[in-house]
Amino acid sequence: MNRSKRLWWQVIIVIGLLTVMGILINNLAVNLIRTGLGLSFDWLWRPAGFALSEHPLPYQSSDSTAWALLMGWLNSLRVIVAGIVLATLLGVSTGAARRSLNPLLRQLAALYVGFIRQIPLLLQLLFWYFVAFLGLPSEPFAPLGAVIHMSNQGISLLGVTLSVEFAAVLLGLSVFTGASIAEVVRGGLDSVPSGQWEAFRSLGMTESLGLRRIVLPQALPAILPALSSQYLNLAKNSTLAIAVGYADLYAVSDTTITQTGRAIEGFLLLLLSFLLLNLLINGGMQLLNRAVLRSQHHH
Amino acid sequence: MKVRLLALPLVSFLFILNGCATLGEGGSSRLDLIKRRTELRCGVSGKIPGFSFLQRDGSFAGLDVDICRAFAAAFTGSPDQVQYRSLTAPERFTALRTGEIDLLSRNTTFNLSRDAAGGNGVSFAPVVFHDGQGLLVKRSSGISNLNNLKGRTICVGSGTTTEQNLNDAFQAKGIDYKPIKYQDLNQVIAGYLQGRCSAMTSDRSQLAAARSGFNNPDQHVILPEVLSKEPLAPLAAGGDQRLADAMRWVIYALIAAEELGITQENIGNKLEEAQSRPQLTQLRRFLGIEADLGQKLGLNNDFIVKVIQAVGNYGEIYDRHLGPNSAVPIPRGLNNLYSNGGILTSPPFQ
Repeated sequence: MNRSKRLWWQVIIVIGLLTVMGILINNLAVNLIRTGLGLSFDWLWRPAGFALSEHPLPYQSSDSTAWALLMGWLNSLRVIVAGIVLATLLGVSTGAARRSLNPLLRQLAALYVGFIRQIPLLLQLLFWYFVAFLGLPSEPFAPLGAVIHMSNQGISLLGVTLSVEFAAVLLGLSVFTGASIAEVVRGGLDSVPSGQWEAFRSLGMTESLGLRRIVLPQALPAILPALSSQYLNLAKNSTLAIAVGYADLYAVSDTTITQTGRAIEGFLLLLLSFLLLNLLINGGMQLLNRAVLRSQHHH
Repeated sequence: MKVRLLALPLVSFLFILNGCATLGEGGSSRLDLIKRRTELRCGVSGKIPGFSFLQRDGSFAGLDVDICRAFAAAFTGSPDQVQYRSLTAPERFTALRTGEIDLLSRNTTFNLSRDAAGGNGVSFAPVVFHDGQGLLVKRSSGISNLNNLKGRTICVGSGTTTEQNLNDAFQAKGIDYKPIKYQDLNQVIAGYLQGRCSAMTSDRSQLAAARSGFNNPDQHVILPEVLSKEPLAPLAAGGDQRLADAMRWVIYALIAAEELGITQENIGNKLEEAQSRPQLTQLRRFLGIEADLGQKLGLNNDFIVKVIQAVGNYGEIYDRHLGPNSAVPIPRGLNNLYSNGGILTSPPFQ
């Protein structure tokens, strides 16, 4: 294809996209007129009128709906950030374990990845919540002394109290995403030429030191892009929290939509909030990506 | 070649998209559409025993379902011409507004925000079940009233007025509580039975229905406090007077038939009696032998006959699904005729 032809194609595609978007916006406007509903966001400043089981900042049912939605957003953010950290730890160690010299470790890691990736996330969340956590006794017990107290009313880890809903969502998301991250990491490690492994082993470096200093730095450019899309998946999957009673952004929006009847506005806000969340994650990952690439040039 | 292969579906896709925005013909009613396709699309829950519950043979049964059947009998002539859609609480208004269903017969509370044009903007038919929100607790917990729930956790379902009612009731008493909100009633029940919450809240009818499925129903008690008025009514999308009127008078016909003592069993005799005795003008009007009440609604004049033949009068529907010998017995209470100490009554068929 020559240059001008390619340019024409681009123009056609842009016009096509603009047309589809125009039609969609027109549909929304016309349908809003037809149903006699204009877009309105006044309801955001009215009292929410419902309680929330957990809120990172002080909240009462007489506070505004906007404040309630912010609590939901913060709850989402909380579980997403914690989930990303935990899933990364789990994924990286599992991914590395799959290339370990220890056969038992290799088998266990393969089993975990194989098993978890076969089961839908929603089922896993329901399992963690209704079977694992709500199956706990109602009186707290401490399997590890003062480190952790567990009951089906809540979990206290080193003095920090987590609700069982939060714990179930966090564990469900991390275990599920961790399995995918393990595959990403394994793929990244495999992209490093085997000569590099042999080189550090022949130098007498330990496995973990060689992995950290020799292999992983070379694998990072292959791992990071796929890793950031796993993070974005985790963020989006967090909306399943409503199934296990966690007051995340989607759960709070769900209540406000049915109480105000403002479905379109509610979904628009949801859309924007998730866009914002994912742009934050994406931006963070790009910074990381660039830093890694730059440090590679220095070597 | 490839380009041409792509172009056709693309262009047709654009046309279809564009077709999604029409201002609609003025004055047309959903009622005409239902009659033309001789089938009613009725939104139900499908998960509430006694109201709408999936049977072993794949059909639905319950009070809400019989109301759908009554509408179908009146609009199309046959109670079996119904396509049921199971809808969750948050889905129901969207399904109605987008026209996926013709009407909703799904434990929906009639209130101002839903009725008003500035709210959900739907049209409610008369109330078919007067309910109220209640709380279910374990007998062994020793909780006997609202004050005992101070600081406790309460399981509540999403997409309903229950969250607001719960909040209002506890706030009025100045008591703290912690709601755990799930999307679905089944999850609320699981959370409650697993011991996450000290109480679960929902309409008392739903609590009674849920309790009937527990292992030891008598180990659970419904607290005496009623947190709210929950008049449950069928509804249609707003701005369609003809459909709303037709629905309204089908419900009233069920109530009026009970007042007049007309049942599924004796409707044949009543019809013969009315035909042979011209002086029974009230009965003749009601059964469509005289005057044109049905026509005024855009229905056949004998629509009430079809309705009663299909499902019986209101009392018969109630007894079938919620009566003392049913699986989900709920005392009739407010849902009795005015003449029997309840609050049901029908305006005159004139």
